[in-house]
Amino acid sequence: MTATITAPHTHTVAHPSPMLPKLYTVDGVRQETADTFTLEIKPPTGELCPRFLPGQFNMLYIFGVGEMAISISGDPWWRSSCVHTVRAVGTATKAICNLQPGDTIGVRGPFGTSWPGPELLGKDVVLAAGGIGLAPLRPTIYTILADRNRYGRVNLLYGARTPNDLLYTDELSRWRDRPDFNLAVTVDTADRGWFGNVGVVTTLIPKIQFDPANTVAVICGPEIMMRFTIMELQKRGITSDNIYISMERNMKCAVGLCGHCQLGPEFICKDGPVFRFDHLDGLFGKREL
Amino acid sequence: MDGYETILAELHFLKGMEKEHLEAIADCAAYVRFQKGQFLFREGEFAHRFYMISSGKVALEIFTPGRGPVTVETIEDGEVLGWSWLFEPYRWHFDALALTDITAVGFDGLCLRGKCDANHDLGYDMVTRFSQVITARLQATRLALLDVYSSQPDMPIVSKG
Repeated sequence: MTATITAPHTHTVAHPSPMLPKLYTVDGVRQETADTFTLEIKPPTGELCPRFLPGQFNMLYIFGVGEMAISISGDPWWRSSCVHTVRAVGTATKAICNLQPGDTIGVRGPFGTSWPGPELLGKDVVLAAGGIGLAPLRPTIYTILADRNRYGRVNLLYGARTPNDLLYTDELSRWRDRPDFNLAVTVDTADRGWFGNVGVVTTLIPKIQFDPANTVAVICGPEIMMRFTIMELQKRGITSDNIYISMERNMKCAVGLCGHCQLGPEFICKDGPVFRFDHLDGLFGKREL
Repeated sequence: MDGYETILAELHFLKGMEKEHLEAIADCAAYVRFQKGQFLFREGEFAHRFYMISSGKVALEIFTPGRGPVTVETIEDGEVLGWSWLFEPYRWHFDALALTDITAVGFDGLCLRGKCDANHDLGYDMVTRFSQVITARLQATRLALLDVYSSQPDMPIVSKG
């Protein structure tokens, strides 16, 4: 059985048996924060991880516990292992975070639509991440940095709750050192000893440089953070058709069959999770949905 | 700060201000510097100034028993620091700590309040500008109060990691 999943922004991804998990082995677990872990998993011997596009997700299955949709957070060009960053907030994600090297995990995917790719070329790019929302954006950051000259000004705005909640701190340091990459990090609150910004992520937007007429914004974080970020970006002149967001809903089948993740006429798993903002007109922020 | 109206006119906060008003407030302005680690003001002190930060970063802190000083906001280049000079009882509500060396334009609040009392057009202009800053910070504070990055263990939704 072969099903075809369409990723509207880019291309088509073919899945052999999309409902059948493949057995991967945990290769490494890295603790990012008190409750967030990055998991590196390897496909069966002799196989490569399927190609994925930045923004897509896998369904990770802890046998006997449950299955969760988790965005892929590694480098799209690295296929000998697959990377996911998971925050332990519920039963299944806690079980994922408790995995040890050598353990087995079921994997289906990749699924869903991707962040814009060719649409970013030649443009100024604003990447806005809140909390664990940096994880799904990281593959796009890798893609941009691998071919940096093909993009205009690149700004990454990253907000977290406290300095202890920041992900990928080693990489943040490296990105901060790059002259061709503007990283602005802020936290909601901090004790003395933190010399960075304190304030919500939206407060960074008036301070960055970009050409509104030639900018694409990519936003990932809690829905309310995305709502306020969109408003600030629109104030600066970025139009809805140049804003992309990633939506969260309760995904189960991941192929648009079960309807758990339905948002109006859209299935988040199949038509999303990444949407161009103007395509969500009337759906985003609607209370009944 | 005679002759500095041109410099003040370039500050984002004062953008579009009438020349007459710029001349009036220039009388109350002076360049100031603070070293890293120095307090620009302390909670409870008389609020007789406000600052437009030219370069550097300031932490607004509040002391919390059991935790110590907590930074609730940072203010940096191009931003305005302090509005307690404008409203009674004219007392600072936070500590302002220089996280870096600071250069700023400082305004004498008593002088400026006098100018605003004498010229209500200037007073209205200043209050309108400060209201925009206060509104933006109130909205940011409300968003921060939502604590959007906190754990929500009962939420059966995880797709972002």
